[in-house]
Amino acid sequence: MISFVMNGRIRTLERVDPAQTVLEWLREEERLTGSKEGCAEGDCGACTVALGELVGDTVRYRAINACIFFLPMLHGCELVTVESIGTSKAMHPVQKTLADCNGSQCGFCTPGFVMSLFARYQETDPALPHSVNSVLAGNLCRCTGYGPIIEAAQALTPETETKSRFGNSETVALLKSIQDAPVGEISFPDPVHKTDRAGFVPTSETELKELLETHPDAVMVGGATDVGLWVTKGMQNLPAMIFLGNIPSLRTIEQTEAGLCIGAGVKYSDALTHLTALHHDLGSLLTRLGSVQVRNSGTIGGNIANGSPIGDTPPFLIALDAQLTLASTHGERTIPIESFFIEYGQQDLHPGEYVKSVTIPPIRDDLVFRTYKISKRFDQDISAVCGAFAIGLDGGKVKTARIAFGGMAGTPKRATACEAALAGQAWTEETINAACLALTEDYSPLTDMRASADYRLKVAQNLLRKAFIETTASNRTRILEAQDTNA
Amino acid sequence: MPEDAGTGFETNRLKGGVRSALKHDSADLHVTGEARYVDDLPEPADCLHLYIATSEQAHAQIKDMDLSDVRHAPGVVAVLTAKDIPGTNDIGPVIPDDPLFVEDKVMYHGQSLFAVAAESRKAARYAAQKARINYEALSPLVTIEDARTAGSLIEAEQVMVLGDAEAAISQAPHSLSGRLTEGGQDHFYLEGQVAMAIPGENGEILVHSSTQNPTEAQHLIAKVLGVPDNLITVVVRRMGGGFGGKETQSALLAAAAALCASKTGRAVKFRLDRDDDMIVTGKRHDFEVGWQAGFDDNGRLHGAQFDLASRCGFSTDLSLAINDRAMFHADNCYFLGAARIVSNRMRTNTVSNTAFRGFGGPQGMIAVEHMMDAIAFKVGRDPLDVRLDNLYAAPERNLTPYHQTVEDFVARELMEDLGTSSDYRMRRKQIEDANKDAGTIKRGIALTPVKFGISFTTTHLNQAGALIHIYTDGSIQLNHGGTEMGQGLMVKVAQVVAQEFQVDIDRVRIMATSTEKVPNTSATAASSGSDLNGMAAKDAAEKIKKRLVDFLSEREGVPADDIVFSNNRIVAGRHVFTFNEVIKQAYLARISLSATGYYSTPKIHYDRATHRGRPFYYFAYGAAVSEVEIDTLTGENRVVRTDILHEVGQSLNPAVDMGQIEGGFVQGMGWLTTEELVYDSNGRLRTHAPSTYKIPTASDRPASMNIKIWDKGRNQERTIHRSKAVGEPPFMLAISVFSALTHAVSGATGHRVFPQLDAPATPERILMAVDAARAEAEKLA
Repeated sequence: MISFVMNGRIRTLERVDPAQTVLEWLREEERLTGSKEGCAEGDCGACTVALGELVGDTVRYRAINACIFFLPMLHGCELVTVESIGTSKAMHPVQKTLADCNGSQCGFCTPGFVMSLFARYQETDPALPHSVNSVLAGNLCRCTGYGPIIEAAQALTPETETKSRFGNSETVALLKSIQDAPVGEISFPDPVHKTDRAGFVPTSETELKELLETHPDAVMVGGATDVGLWVTKGMQNLPAMIFLGNIPSLRTIEQTEAGLCIGAGVKYSDALTHLTALHHDLGSLLTRLGSVQVRNSGTIGGNIANGSPIGDTPPFLIALDAQLTLASTHGERTIPIESFFIEYGQQDLHPGEYVKSVTIPPIRDDLVFRTYKISKRFDQDISAVCGAFAIGLDGGKVKTARIAFGGMAGTPKRATACEAALAGQAWTEETINAACLALTEDYSPLTDMRASADYRLKVAQNLLRKAFIETTASNRTRILEAQDTNA
Repeated sequence: MPEDAGTGFETNRLKGGVRSALKHDSADLHVTGEARYVDDLPEPADCLHLYIATSEQAHAQIKDMDLSDVRHAPGVVAVLTAKDIPGTNDIGPVIPDDPLFVEDKVMYHGQSLFAVAAESRKAARYAAQKARINYEALSPLVTIEDARTAGSLIEAEQVMVLGDAEAAISQAPHSLSGRLTEGGQDHFYLEGQVAMAIPGENGEILVHSSTQNPTEAQHLIAKVLGVPDNLITVVVRRMGGGFGGKETQSALLAAAAALCASKTGRAVKFRLDRDDDMIVTGKRHDFEVGWQAGFDDNGRLHGAQFDLASRCGFSTDLSLAINDRAMFHADNCYFLGAARIVSNRMRTNTVSNTAFRGFGGPQGMIAVEHMMDAIAFKVGRDPLDVRLDNLYAAPERNLTPYHQTVEDFVARELMEDLGTSSDYRMRRKQIEDANKDAGTIKRGIALTPVKFGISFTTTHLNQAGALIHIYTDGSIQLNHGGTEMGQGLMVKVAQVVAQEFQVDIDRVRIMATSTEKVPNTSATAASSGSDLNGMAAKDAAEKIKKRLVDFLSEREGVPADDIVFSNNRIVAGRHVFTFNEVIKQAYLARISLSATGYYSTPKIHYDRATHRGRPFYYFAYGAAVSEVEIDTLTGENRVVRTDILHEVGQSLNPAVDMGQIEGGFVQGMGWLTTEELVYDSNGRLRTHAPSTYKIPTASDRPASMNIKIWDKGRNQERTIHRSKAVGEPPFMLAISVFSALTHAVSGATGHRVFPQLDAPATPERILMAVDAARAEAEKLA
């Protein structure tokens, strides 16, 4: 049984398919068809809804993709849809401004844009991006060319009165009343696969450990930005699902002696300010990882645990020698994150074990750190190549070098030959050329729809060159950051 | 009636006449989620959900199709194969070579094999995977080159000739040749393909289809079912985007849903998943282009030859007309001198490529713009000067390669205006100077024009109908054959009607497009929507208006000429009536308050056998300047500024037109930059979702964007209120981006080498072009 707040009242669903998406539930069961399915994989944003979460005595609203957000993940939250905020006879300022600015043409993507702008309108959350382009990066529009939508976003100045319609004391009270409501075990007879599907929403790591013992076949779901697609695209039958979002200890970020310790369940959005503070490039990278909606759901732990060779956090975590903590009923162990990725599809994760946290050591002053993401499109694209460089310099010489790439091998992988070519050498163009040559020993990348093997290798080499140029010359080297004028 | 009746002072008082910058008629419904698309309609009780199974191979003989597991899958109600089709197993719009379900031979990866209907969409999708298909693989022709080698064409080579190009080129002081690869493009309408069929009595079927072409859907459904067209009604209130992708490709869903409804007697909904939509349905044609040019010291052409080849896919679809339009636009704004344009239409084992905004025009136009850039580099001039020197000009330099005289050419004035307002020349100089520094970032700039021919080149399609009812309370219902896909057609036509009756637009109810209201319509395509349907609606309104005038004239004893409709009132001599009063009195006097309207475009004709005639009623013009920068280490790139000056005649609705201009430009920019379709060697599309196929996002829009409707525009032909079509032409403004990227890549060599950059200019293609150009520059040094 799950409970959430919607349109000013508590909705309690007794019978829930743990693998049903919020979008399916809205459209098919509630007949609320304002939220649209454009892609069913969290890439177009037509299904965007706002999720209200209790933070202290306030409600924080964030945009998410309903198409890959499973129903049990709503437990304890407020769901706000395009229908919740206004009607054509009584429009919300976001709706009215967007309409008056000619922000809709075919109108199909429009409710999604409305909800992304609504989340921004309600914003009380310092972690959310303010730049309009960032806010809109997860919403595709094929008609307008975006100009009128950007204009509407810029014209919107939140009015306190309208803003207070959401997240008011009544909503807070409702949310508080369901925070500790137990979900229990969900069991749903799947009519298509003809099997029962179990769902669990543990609220502590102790509970999680026991569930992993008793349900070894269960899939752990962090933000569902990947698992969602197993269901909507792969039509996989998941016999048991464990939702991790309600375990507070997995959602903490703390500065420890060993460095910044990020809980596996921390959303990208929640990590953004911390990572930006650690290094400018980490902030830049994170704002290009997925979209606002994806970052509001997806977790750092998920990005690591799924072992993808093209995840954007592993390269910098490896380059910075981050330590991964894994836990199970048998205890905890901490390993260097680079050893977690064994080969494609295989990680160093024992049965019954889960990713608990990752700790990033401080970036020393003598360390030149850079990370770059290369993709066909700047926003919301999966990397062709993602590179991270941590070069320790001492008097013009390379003292230490840790370099890792995503997209270059079956796992996120260190460039050991390249590192060796740098170590102990003068930080000069000649050394860089030799190190670039050594990269060909480190990697034999694949050709796929994102890039050719040739391009991947060439660009990996050039990213090292770029890191070098950025430490030695003053010319502008990045075309992206100068331009985000739609702030 | 004078042509421009009602464009004077009345407009100021009337709410929503022509020239008003009204927002989209459905805007308030869009932003609140109240606008209903096909998938949002309440499903009738017992509605079934249909899904198709598609081929895993690109070219194969089907030895056996075992569907027993499909039939026994949970929730399955019916399975439909080619054998279940009572009529003809074909949904080809022009040539019958497009089966609804494969009979024995698979022609592309993703081709529809059979359909399964179940109690839920999930059950249908799941069941569709359960087929056991035994294929005997045949070798597929995947690329244009594969098809060229095999001589696989959908029709014979087509040739358009003006003078003796070969002689002109060989006798010219200079000659040059070049080649260009142009990628295809997925429509990526946000609303995927969908249809819902509801069976009625006695064999009737009502189909809600997301289609640009309800009449064609009606016709094809009837053909598949083997019944007369009059049993089938196709309705479309709105589409969530079309862009040409729902001109013919929607028929698969409509026909399959109708077939299933007919078989089961139950309502049937069929909506494709995004990935399947991208795999199963056709796209913009990709092209390989070769050209030769002969020119003088200034780069002015004596003659030009183009060799166009496109990947049409496995069937004909609209490929003949699309490739014709590529030929029609290989001149763009330029008098080629003698011209020879050759077009080969390749039949391949890939999805059948189809209409997409511009309809082949962009693919032809970018070829000649590429030629202009190359010639300018060769003669060492600013490409803008070479472009200006080659423009059409009366009286001797105004004959197109298809022997239509260009009579309305305004591109020179427009380009000069834009060149000045954008400060093009100074910026170009600054960029070329800046590119000489040691930095890794290089810039480029280009100004390119657009001249786009308006009319369906298949002449008979240039007709439209409308149906207007006025009810006794004075409210008006407007029906016409055009469909709404976001382009703002409905509001424009409603403005025409409001203008005609001189009533506020609120009084005009815009109805869903239905084959039972207006029959035998053409697709809403070729940018023709408001030209054709606006005129048809005006004709219908004029008929009713004439009846009202005659009635009042007789009753009031006032000459007809003295009866004036103005701002919700009708003045008859000394008497002033409200519109409502007159309507009520006309009804009581037994005057018909309903009329059909009709329009067919005058002057046009075309002989496809010789490729000569006047295919276009008029041309629409525009020009754009784009400035880009590239990272020469990674190939990453972005457009930093774009200035657009576009001509729409006299706009029916400047707000809607601005939306078309900006939206078209950004979509064109996507085609030429981030949008890359990748097929593997087995003919499987590898980019079939937004995760792998990247249309522009908000941040890809140029950081600085200055768009203006050209204030000197006026259509010299008698179009609807002297406006011009605007749907497609702005798409090609994006060629300025490609041209600027080419310029930036040459900047990586200090502008010493003209690079070979192909489209789409992804980071990878740009980096490879930079490296190749630098290698060539080293050889020169």
